[in-house]
Amino acid sequence: MRNAFIEHLTARMQYDDAIFLLVADLGYSVVEPLAERYPDRYLNVGVAEQNMTAVACGLAREGYKVFTYSIANFATTRCLEQIRNGICYHSLPVCVVAVGGGFMYGHLGPTHHATEDIAIMRSLPGMRVFVPFSRRSAELALDEVLAEPGPAYVRLGREGLAVADIDDNGLSLVRRAGDGTSDHAFISVGKICARLLQLTAERRADLYALCRVKPLPAADLRRLFAEYTEVTVVEDHQSAGGVLSALAELTTTIRGLNIDGRFSPGTQDEDGQRDSMLFRQQACTPEHIDSL
Amino acid sequence: MHKDLAELAYAIRRSSLEMVYAANASHIGGALSAADILAVLYGRILRVRPEAPAWPERDRFVMSKGHACVALYAALALRGFFPGEWLTHYGQGGSLLMGHASHRVPGVEWSTGSLGQGLGLAAGQAYAGRLRNKSWGVYALLSDGELDEGSTWEAILFAAHHRLHNLCVVIDKNGQQAMGATEGILNLGSVADKLRAFDWEARDVDGHDREELAAALSAAHSGKPRCVVAHTVKGKGVAYMENSVKWHYSAPRTPEQLDLALRQLEEAYAGPPVRTAGAPR
Repeated sequence: MRNAFIEHLTARMQYDDAIFLLVADLGYSVVEPLAERYPDRYLNVGVAEQNMTAVACGLAREGYKVFTYSIANFATTRCLEQIRNGICYHSLPVCVVAVGGGFMYGHLGPTHHATEDIAIMRSLPGMRVFVPFSRRSAELALDEVLAEPGPAYVRLGREGLAVADIDDNGLSLVRRAGDGTSDHAFISVGKICARLLQLTAERRADLYALCRVKPLPAADLRRLFAEYTEVTVVEDHQSAGGVLSALAELTTTIRGLNIDGRFSPGTQDEDGQRDSMLFRQQACTPEHIDSL
Repeated sequence: MHKDLAELAYAIRRSSLEMVYAANASHIGGALSAADILAVLYGRILRVRPEAPAWPERDRFVMSKGHACVALYAALALRGFFPGEWLTHYGQGGSLLMGHASHRVPGVEWSTGSLGQGLGLAAGQAYAGRLRNKSWGVYALLSDGELDEGSTWEAILFAAHHRLHNLCVVIDKNGQQAMGATEGILNLGSVADKLRAFDWEARDVDGHDREELAAALSAAHSGKPRCVVAHTVKGKGVAYMENSVKWHYSAPRTPEQLDLALRQLEEAYAGPPVRTAGAPR
């Protein structure tokens, strides 16, 4: 999946001379062909993820479409504020590419387990989140990233499903159990879809792979929820804020008055209140609260 | 363009004071320490077109110490990037001009405010400019407090390694940070020596001597990134603010306090009359 993504990126670079790849001293045996072919649009910045992300923003501000590449935690949490303030707040075409999502580097221990990244990245305003589950879906995710300039996060594993395209909506039926009358669906993301396919081979359950976690393919997911009496999410991620959380947010009946995925302008009211933005943005007046 | 840097620096200081007074806003100390640097940059050094803030051939300026944005906003208004009247709405709900530099304001390259993030952005732009053989340069203004941040040193290494000679950094070394004297919190020692050791060109200047600043900023490079360590006084120009950490947070609260401050600025300036936007007093 990782190799497919980088190979596809290399192919796209032939026709798009704005694409630039930055790595933070990772990508050995993966990025070399790209680096040799496009030395002016590849740079290893050293073990310095904060600077990699800031430099990516600077390049993007000057017209490049930039990809930053590292192991998942280093590409995301180490430089989280640069991602939030630099990439997201300025709406820049920078795509954070993380390898080793979930337990791909399980043997290396918890420092290398990326098990909070989906929650963190999907909470950022304007950030799109892709978790490809096959070589082909990694390529299509890249195409989708490039089709619309802006912040993006792509979490890659090494392997994945042997073949499977992603549907336009980011949700793909991977396996239909039996005659299509199953009332149980599994939904999963990333490379563990392949493992799940094996583990559930004997079950009478349908398996779906979700590639685009943000924005979610809401209509298709709602249809899916209506179709099945039982839905199980399997994710190599903490329960807080992950894929299950995202789906639960979609279906919850609890009303939320919160911030709707945007940055708010600086705020200060005449009476010195500084949190009024929240209430204004949600048209949340005392009357509104009463009516809830 | 303001030919008289003294006049520009005075107007920046005066507007900054009026803005923080009207909005009861923080960070006047670091704005006053940076006023001469900004006057030299916007009055002499930066090639910009106020009527076309996104002019592709402009010099890029990164205000890394975004908390001192009142001084930047004053400089931009004085150069004509936006009407001076905007300054009177500083810090009010609905205004573009809030407590930290915002890229939504004409002439502001980046939204800043989280310390230690500006130099990497500037380095990225400088790298892009060099790749494309652009003649514009990238200038960044950092506080000395920002040198506590590891990310700043990542960018310092990067700029030296790639010999970004189109990058010029000014450090507003006012010797104070949020909780007190820099020396007592995390001693920086000689910043210029450190930068030279990192393979930068670096020189120390009096950060309130505008001609010395202008000379240092317009000096030819020798193939390395350049740093001007501007030794400044936090709160410069207002006696009761100078070198006092209180004015990192406070604004003048009474008309008397403001008048005293403005009077001291005026006495030190003693030049021809200057019109500023004049926030309501």
